[in-house]
Amino acid sequence: MMGLLQFGSVFFSLAIQAPQLRPEAASSIAEGVDHLYFVLTFITLFFTIAIFSTIFFFMVKYRRQADNEVPPETEENLPLELAWTIIPALICAGLFLWASSLYFENSRPPSASTEIFVIGKQWMWHIQHPEGVREINELHVPVGVPVKLTMTSEDVIHDFYIPAFRVKKDVIPGRYSSLWFQATKVGTYHLFCAQYCGADHAEMLGWVYVMSPADYETWLSSGTPSQTMVQIGEKTFNKLGCASCHVSDGSGRGPSLVGLYGKEEELKTGEKRLVDEAFIRQAIINPNSIPLRNYPPIMPTFRGQVNEEQVLQLIAYVKSLASEERNSNGK
Amino acid sequence: MSTATLDVHEVPTGSRVNYLNAQYGVKSWLLTTDHKRIALLYLASITLMFFVGGFFAVLMRLHLIEPQGALVQPETYNKLFTMHGVIMVFFFLVPSIPATLGNFLVPMMIGARDLAFPKLNLLSWYIYVIGAIFTLYAVISGGVDTGWTFYTPYSSSFSHTSVVPTALGVFITGFSSILTGLNFVVTVHKMRAPGLTWFRLPLFIWAIYATSIIFILGTPVIAITLFLLFLERVLHIGIFDPAIGGDPILFQHLFWFYSHPAVYIMILPGMGVMSELITCFSRKRIFGYSFVAFSSLAIAIISFLVWGHHMFVTGQSIYAGLIFSVLSFMVAIPSAVKVFNWTATLYKGSISYDAPMLYALGFIGLFTMGGLTGLFLASLATDVHLNGTYFIVAHFHYIMVGGAVMAYLGGIHFWWPKITGRLYPDGWARFAALIIFVGFNLTFFPQFMLGYLGMPRRYAVYPSEFQVLNVMSSAGASILGIGYLIPLIYLIWSMRYGPAAGPNPWGAKGLEWTTPSPPPTENFEEIPVVTEEAYDYAHSTVTRG
Repeated sequence: MMGLLQFGSVFFSLAIQAPQLRPEAASSIAEGVDHLYFVLTFITLFFTIAIFSTIFFFMVKYRRQADNEVPPETEENLPLELAWTIIPALICAGLFLWASSLYFENSRPPSASTEIFVIGKQWMWHIQHPEGVREINELHVPVGVPVKLTMTSEDVIHDFYIPAFRVKKDVIPGRYSSLWFQATKVGTYHLFCAQYCGADHAEMLGWVYVMSPADYETWLSSGTPSQTMVQIGEKTFNKLGCASCHVSDGSGRGPSLVGLYGKEEELKTGEKRLVDEAFIRQAIINPNSIPLRNYPPIMPTFRGQVNEEQVLQLIAYVKSLASEERNSNGK
Repeated sequence: MSTATLDVHEVPTGSRVNYLNAQYGVKSWLLTTDHKRIALLYLASITLMFFVGGFFAVLMRLHLIEPQGALVQPETYNKLFTMHGVIMVFFFLVPSIPATLGNFLVPMMIGARDLAFPKLNLLSWYIYVIGAIFTLYAVISGGVDTGWTFYTPYSSSFSHTSVVPTALGVFITGFSSILTGLNFVVTVHKMRAPGLTWFRLPLFIWAIYATSIIFILGTPVIAITLFLLFLERVLHIGIFDPAIGGDPILFQHLFWFYSHPAVYIMILPGMGVMSELITCFSRKRIFGYSFVAFSSLAIAIISFLVWGHHMFVTGQSIYAGLIFSVLSFMVAIPSAVKVFNWTATLYKGSISYDAPMLYALGFIGLFTMGGLTGLFLASLATDVHLNGTYFIVAHFHYIMVGGAVMAYLGGIHFWWPKITGRLYPDGWARFAALIIFVGFNLTFFPQFMLGYLGMPRRYAVYPSEFQVLNVMSSAGASILGIGYLIPLIYLIWSMRYGPAAGPNPWGAKGLEWTTPSPPPTENFEEIPVVTEEAYDYAHSTVTRG
């Protein structure tokens, strides 16, 4: 089995040099995925060729010579049966461990990731940077920096797919999903929707621009001067009158939001829930579904009054209240 | 050939009473309870559906010759792939081998006069037809554009097409599968001829038995799922649409809980056919009978535990992903065991190259490719990149078309002389097998490459760098289409003009070959007593006649 994997690796190093056999590899995980892919390809070719040549050999060697030929009986062979059950099982176990450890390593973003927000909508991608810059069907990112995308959908399920980065994740209405990548090569790469989403599914595509950090900074600041997500969120917060109940010193009819993000909140049922993005979204859209222990269930729903983009901005604002508190404690 | 069998050749088929000429007239067919006639009713209906679904595929491949789309609007293209999938999966592949060959052969192979519930069997066909009519109505009334997977909330709240008639059509047809499955299970348990113990059964029966279990356990789940979709779409009760409090991912769990085992509904009977063909054309007992038999059951059981591998990129928990990944690898092992045993069966055999055998060899090759490329998708790290691309399309076509349809055609060619009493032109049949094999690979191999390069599936238009591979695939599809038309022509021709087949033209073992061709309505004049193992080619003289 190890021999097979080694042959696979040699095959990989040859295949990797052939153009057109693989998409551009422009993220920190792409090489690892490709390595596994080419070893799998090698195993596939190896077994297909082995089985086919055995069959052809038998077909020629044991072709029917006379119409009344009666071939001898072949004895059952238990060791052989066990061998070709156990060897594939070992190969599968090896592949499983390799693929899973790779997936496991790739699944958690580094804690220092830059966060960017994505909203899928029939049939375009809305992208918002924390600095307030918004893009449609384009995503600008710096090279060499881990980037975490927090994504949701306004309507149906979409899927955010960047082949050159070997990353893909469904973008689902009503919840946040996330993916992360670290681009390794400056360039322009395809961005596809990979989950069928209706009439113009095939047009729901865009480009990812990977820039040097300096270029990225220039790009960020040269965009039309705009407010940050936190600032826009604060405006929405005040416009909707949230502040009349969520008073910062805790004297209002609703809980103070200062320092709330990242803490646990106790529900009427006694269950404790972590206050994260999903929790805040649920509290805005469907407050009655999470009645809090110490507060009456009087908050109205804001479903229909805010879109997913505004929810993300509100969340950004609530999160900023948490860090303000941490900052003031530190002083 | 012995002189005794030559006599059979000289007797014109029409002069002996058999199930085909016992009665005439439309009514004698529509009210029949003879499993053999019902098999032919199914054969005619699924062949019609196959060519309707195939027509949509041809239009799709023509459209994709140009990056901007050569033929239709994107909305129309979306309907084409949806209708292609719905018709091929639910109205051709699922019933294909069980409802035609299974219906015809299960009683004959176990030495019974009919299935346990002949009227229920006829009812199954009527239910199938009603479901098919609903679905064809959906096609005519403007089509449906959700994809055969009906993912919510697109299907429940956004699509403006005929989702309800299509879902109802599939829902109704499901009951036909459930009844057929029940009928087979009871028949195999209760109606085996004296001496025909479980381990003397032909492996085709084991495969149909395993398939029937999936029919019975799995189909109710898709029925419930589509019924919930129907309720959601009509009454907006908030099961799947998050805008009204539902969970869209719940739908995917329910859908794949049936639809992954359904893949094995399509491939297991094909594996059963393989075991019959390979033993007959190499005149050997199957190598490792019990390993082949139990691998069918293992596949049927594990198939219920792997549905989550369709959902690795939905944000499913990492640990759920690991479990579904390891289970998906496990299902590869019994499949590999089968391939090795079929290959070993050829060893020191007496191998002939008749047309059914060519289809069988095509099956082994394409199924091996399809199975091994499944490992790419069971592997979490590569699945993330390949999920939702043409790699998936290529993979499941290798299994369902390269595997299941090859096996179906091989089986039809093998038992055609028994079913009709006529021989077809063998040269044409071998030629068609070759054309299909070449056309198939040319159509679908480029799609593996497209998928790895990152082209998503279900795209009506695509970036121009993918054009070369798409044109290759379309060229292959036109060859494949011709390959499927050739058997249609010569098989229909043979029904009238083919030479009489005789009871056993291949020199095959198995009770179905001990009857005249076509068999009499009651199958056996006397119920046979079985005294030997299946495929006991070594201990008796074999004659073709």
